[in-house]
Amino acid sequence: MIDFLNAIVALSNFVLIPALAYGSQLALGALGVTLIYGILRFSNFAHGDTMAFGTMVVVLVTWAMQAAGISLGPLPTALLALPFGILGAAALVLLTDRAVYRFYREQKAKPVILVIVSMGVMFIYNGITRLIIGPNDQRFADGERFLIGAREFKAMTGLDEGLAIKSTQAITLVTAVIVVALLFWFLNHTRTGKSMRAYSDNEDLALLSGINPERVVMVTWLIVAALATVAGTLYGLDKSFKPFTYFQLLLPIFASAIVGGLGSPLGAIAGGFVIAFSEVGITYAWKKVLVYLLPEQLEPSGLVQLLSTDYKFAVSFVILLIVLLIRPTGLFRGKSV
Amino acid sequence: MKNLLLATAACALAAGSATAESHASTVNIGVILGFTGPIESLTPMMAGSAEMALTEVNESGTFLDGVTLAPVRADSTCVDSAAATAAAERLVTSDGVVAIMGADCSGVTGAVLSNVAVPNGVPMISPSATSPGLTTAEDNGLFFRTAPSDARQGEVLAGILADKGITSVAVTYTNNDYGKGLSDSFISSFEANGGTVTLNAPHEDGKADYSAEIGALASAGGDLLVVLGYSDQGGKGIIQASLDTGAFDMFMMGDGMYGDALLADLGGDLDGSFGAVPWSEGEGTEKFAALAEAAGVNGESSFTRESYDAAALIALAMMAGGEATSKAVAENVINVANAPGEKILPGELGKAFEILANGGEIDYVGATNVELIGPGEAAGTYREYTVTGGAYETVQFR
Repeated sequence: MIDFLNAIVALSNFVLIPALAYGSQLALGALGVTLIYGILRFSNFAHGDTMAFGTMVVVLVTWAMQAAGISLGPLPTALLALPFGILGAAALVLLTDRAVYRFYREQKAKPVILVIVSMGVMFIYNGITRLIIGPNDQRFADGERFLIGAREFKAMTGLDEGLAIKSTQAITLVTAVIVVALLFWFLNHTRTGKSMRAYSDNEDLALLSGINPERVVMVTWLIVAALATVAGTLYGLDKSFKPFTYFQLLLPIFASAIVGGLGSPLGAIAGGFVIAFSEVGITYAWKKVLVYLLPEQLEPSGLVQLLSTDYKFAVSFVILLIVLLIRPTGLFRGKSV
Repeated sequence: MKNLLLATAACALAAGSATAESHASTVNIGVILGFTGPIESLTPMMAGSAEMALTEVNESGTFLDGVTLAPVRADSTCVDSAAATAAAERLVTSDGVVAIMGADCSGVTGAVLSNVAVPNGVPMISPSATSPGLTTAEDNGLFFRTAPSDARQGEVLAGILADKGITSVAVTYTNNDYGKGLSDSFISSFEANGGTVTLNAPHEDGKADYSAEIGALASAGGDLLVVLGYSDQGGKGIIQASLDTGAFDMFMMGDGMYGDALLADLGGDLDGSFGAVPWSEGEGTEKFAALAEAAGVNGESSFTRESYDAAALIALAMMAGGEATSKAVAENVINVANAPGEKILPGELGKAFEILANGGEIDYVGATNVELIGPGEAAGTYREYTVTGGAYETVQFR
């Protein structure tokens, strides 16, 4: 029985909890990508750097608040700074839309052109973020670091395995749930949300029934800015803020959105968790868990690792390939790529 | 417009012939470092130190009948071999450099060596490429380094573990030439001492999440985790994630993990962890620090001493060979760097030139106690440290 508990705890500590937190961060990022794809009809490569920009504003405001002595007690101050970051990111994307994307929209440019344009925008965002805050690692997390630490857990339960839950992991999960619930309520129950879905389903029909396209586009960008900043800030709190990692996040985020089905919000969430769990689960060395579960004579001598961690990224791409081959519209029947 | 073009062309021609005429008195030295890319925060100080040595040469007034050495900078990018090769090619073909101070990161250094230096017969002295692979690279006697090979660091790290009686460790390294080379050399020394490596897992820098690596490493177990990465990159992410999940609470760190920022961020959690970093101490190091301060260069930054020594060795070798040519550098670097001869410290290059001009011998000590072994690489001294109370504490030098 104790062995069974130890196995469960080890599994949660090294697989379930980290993958849940990582999955939520990916899901929030993928939601933004999927909304843009559904409504504006292009893959927004600048999304990772939108996250970096929003998070940068949050970091700067957090520092100002910390300097002014404002804090949230055990919660990170960054949560207070979040609205400012969202405003900053919203201003940036609306400005970009006005200056860049609208031009191409009026030309009815092909999606592939918009993709290239978004790459250009990505490089500009990249530069702006580095100009303002620099390319280095920045820490802005404060408050309690752990809900429960590995050593405390061992002392508390007397088990051999420790279980650590970081407060940032808990905050990530809770915030993700709240944000997703709000988003779905908005899309399904408000007039603007419904007009967005209508616009996404059939642009011409939506225009005929009197939906103002510019308004839909603006609201989309606002939501995307909010999602990007929240995802970026949660990620930064959990790890640390470095502009380059946000650029790198783009890959798993797109993988999540495509696996789930581009354009499908539900799919983006599922995709985020599929990618996170497969990255961690397939490369996990199961020896520790199996040693607890199996009788002594069956204990594995090797590590029981399906794939070495070198192949972590290959895992996401293999899943991506399989999905594209077998079910090009993704798990949740989004648009085919 | 036509006139302007003509004028420009004329100017260019004049400049070209001027360079050719004054070739006897001004000689270009390439300084190829990653001014953009992962180590862009270190390279300005490294280049500054190298150029400080060249200035000292020029101001000595005793160098080869008034030859002036002019540094020409180029960007190695640290990671992009094609870009580094192109930059080095430009140095050799259009700037006509006779020797190269660089490159910095091991991967691009190997590329520049085999694609540019060897075909053109231009010697290079790298201040910071530490991959063991470069020891056996085909260099026609053109490649030297003032930084020790990681083969030596691997032995040092294994030696520390042997002294502490630790026999079972998990290893993670940054997935590039440096990390792979260091982990291979560490593991072979460690296993030769009778140790067991439970798992040797690479990690990528700048990635979003290291839970997968930590999960596997924790499952493999071991008395501690050996982290051979970068303190501001994946190495830090790995340590952070191990501490958070309670996977490991003791670490041994390679030289790339040495950094004050790491302690500032992780602080007391690292207490009891230890590692090694190339270090130099003594008169030469102090003199270099004073010179750097006077010249307004941050001499405390990584690899600045090695950079100064690399540039100084180029000039000394030219003097020993009696001419500012590639051949003179390649043939004389090891002679001037090693005993026998008068010991030469930083700031004493003028004195060294006089000795060489009179047919004497020198043993360049420089800022890092230069001693070139094997095919021309620094032997290196390492500082073994432990983290105590959130600060680095020297245990001993190895």
